[in-house]
Parts: sequence; C-alpha cells; structure tokens
Amino acid sequence: MKPPQTARSTSIEQSDQQPRSADHSTLGQDTATFRQGVVDCIPTLLGYLSIGFAAGVVARTSGLSLIEIALMSTLVYAGSAQFIAAGMLAAGLAGPVIVLTIFLTNLRHLLLSAAVSPFFRHLTPLRNLAVGSLLTDETFGVTVQHGNGREDIGFRWVMGVNLTAWVNWILATVVGGVLGAAVAQPEKLGLDFALPAMFIGLLLIQMNLNKKLKRDLLVLAGAMVTVVLVNLLADGNISILAATVVASTIGMGVDRDAA
Amino acid sequence: MLHDKVLLVILGGAIATWLPRVLPMVLLSRFSLPPLFLRWLRQVPVAVMAALLAQELLFRNGLLDPWGNRLELLAAIPATLVAIKTRSLLGTVVVGVISLLLLRLSFPV
Repeated sequence: MKPPQTARSTSIEQSDQQPRSADHSTLGQDTATFRQGVVDCIPTLLGYLSIGFAAGVVARTSGLSLIEIALMSTLVYAGSAQFIAAGMLAAGLAGPVIVLTIFLTNLRHLLLSAAVSPFFRHLTPLRNLAVGSLLTDETFGVTVQHGNGREDIGFRWVMGVNLTAWVNWILATVVGGVLGAAVAQPEKLGLDFALPAMFIGLLLIQMNLNKKLKRDLLVLAGAMVTVVLVNLLADGNISILAATVVASTIGMGVDRDAA
Repeated sequence: MLHDKVLLVILGGAIATWLPRVLPMVLLSRFSLPPLFLRWLRQVPVAVMAALLAQELLFRNGLLDPWGNRLELLAAIPATLVAIKTRSLLGTVVVGVISLLLLRLSFPV
C-alpha cells in the first residue's frame, strides 16, 4: 500500500508518485540563476535574430511603421503569426480574419504551456502568468531540456531565458524594419538556416534525454507526416497543432512504461 | 495602411496569442494531472519540434517542395550529426549555418 502523499512530482519525465515536502519554497528547488537562464538562451538567439530580422523586413515592406513592428513583437511576440499578419494586412484583409488566423497559428502554445506546467506548480498564479506569457517554441525547447531530471524549474532561471529571448526578438524585428531590404540577403550567409538548425538541435537533444528512441522516432514520423498531410489537404496554419496532437497521441499509445 | 486597423489587429492578436499561452500554465499547475494526460504531455516536446522542423525543411513559400530545399536538407545532415555527437545547441546551429553557406557556394542555384 502506498504511503499517503501530499503532492505529485512535477517532472513530466519522472514517475509522478514521488512524495514531496509540503512546505517547499515558492522559488522551488531549482537554484539556477537568472544569469544562467540568460546564458542558456544564447544558443537560440541566432535563430531568433535571423528570423526576427526577416520578420521586420517583411513587416516594413508590408507597410507597418517601426512603432507597429515594435508593438507587434512586444505584444504578440510570435514569429510565424507576425509574418502572416503582415502579409494579410498588406493584402487588405479584414481585421477579424487576421486576428482569427493569428489565433489559429498560435493555438499550439496551448500544448506547449500544458507540457511545461508541471514544472511550475510551485509558483504563484501570477508568476505562472509571467512565465507563460513569454512562452515560445524556442524557450519551450530550452525549458524542457533544463527540466529534465529536475522536479521543478526556478522562476529566476526561466525568466532569464524568457526575457533574453523576448528582448532579442523585439530588437531583431526593429532592426530588420530599420535596415529593410537595404541589407544584403541573409540567405547569402546561410543564416536562414539558424532557425531549422536550432530545431534540429533542440529535437535531438530532447530525444537523447528521453532515452526512448523507438517511441520518439514514431512520434517524429507521425508529426512530420501529419504536417505534410494537413498542409496539403487542409489549412497550413493549424498543421503544427494537428501534428502535435496526432504525434503525441501515437507516442502515448506506444509508451510502455507506467506513468 | 489604416493604422487604427493595424493597432486593433495587434491588440486582438496579442490577446488571442496570450490566452493559449497562459491559461494552461495558470490552471493546470494548480492541479495534479492524471497519469495518462502526463504521459501524453511527455510526448509534446518531440512532437512539436519534429513538426516545426518538417514545416521549415519540407515547405517553401507555403508549398511542399523538398527538392527546392535540397541544400537545406543536405545541411541538416551535418547539423544532425553534430547534435547527436556533441549535444550542443550552439554547435549544431553554427555547423548547420556554415554547412548551408558552403553548399550554396558550391552549388549556386
């Protein structure tokens, strides 16, 4: 018979039957500093910089002012949605339609947010709000990596990651808007590969940490096939969301370990 | 460009993006999640990264065009090897970018 437990473990990779002390501090057990968060975010900055720059250029050529570019990056803070919105604004589409498209494109954050939430249970709702507000694909990857083997993730550390990524994005898009097409194309330096390369790195590092290659390869294949099919047969805006749902379900199905 | 419209789109888009980001974080962290749901969530990192990668590498201007991205797909190979061998994110990005640069110089399209 299991002993009574006060709470379940927060790590999504560990068994959630581990007992936890009831009087954990609100800062959690992870003592990684804000500065460490900043440092851990650095490898992702190049990917952000190049795509942010491109997003700024596209926004500018679509007719947005620098203030609007800065506001979009500060308040919406989502690369693919910003690209799409700029194009739709230039095409003169109706505001509500654009907002709906932004919503669908960014709906996948729902899953990312759910997936990291177990690491932040020790935080107050307000701090959870702060952490969640700055969640992106890239900070998600870095955060989950940091959380591997840990019961929780420190507020200071994750805000180090979040704020670094956010500021970097805003600056990149504004600089892109300022310099515009006057700068030589980043493709000439291969810099447009920084974003996919970052995803490759995050994906493989995560798979290495998971130590469940067969399951992960199935998830990977399921995700990629679904992305292709949804793009071909339906609306590409929801392909990431659909692929994540389908592939995660496949992974859950073949995941043999209990919990 | 109607700047009032842009502002409304930004504000509307901000809310539409912010809610999916924060609601699960704020709501789910208050509760212990059922084991099956946790097991599902555990797959999300690999699933979403693989999906994003497929979107980046297999599509060009919104259309399925792996051949058009052949240099990028080739550059993915050394990047993948570095990622596996070194587990370094920065190393992966640097090697990937340099590989693509070299490929583009070698095979101007």
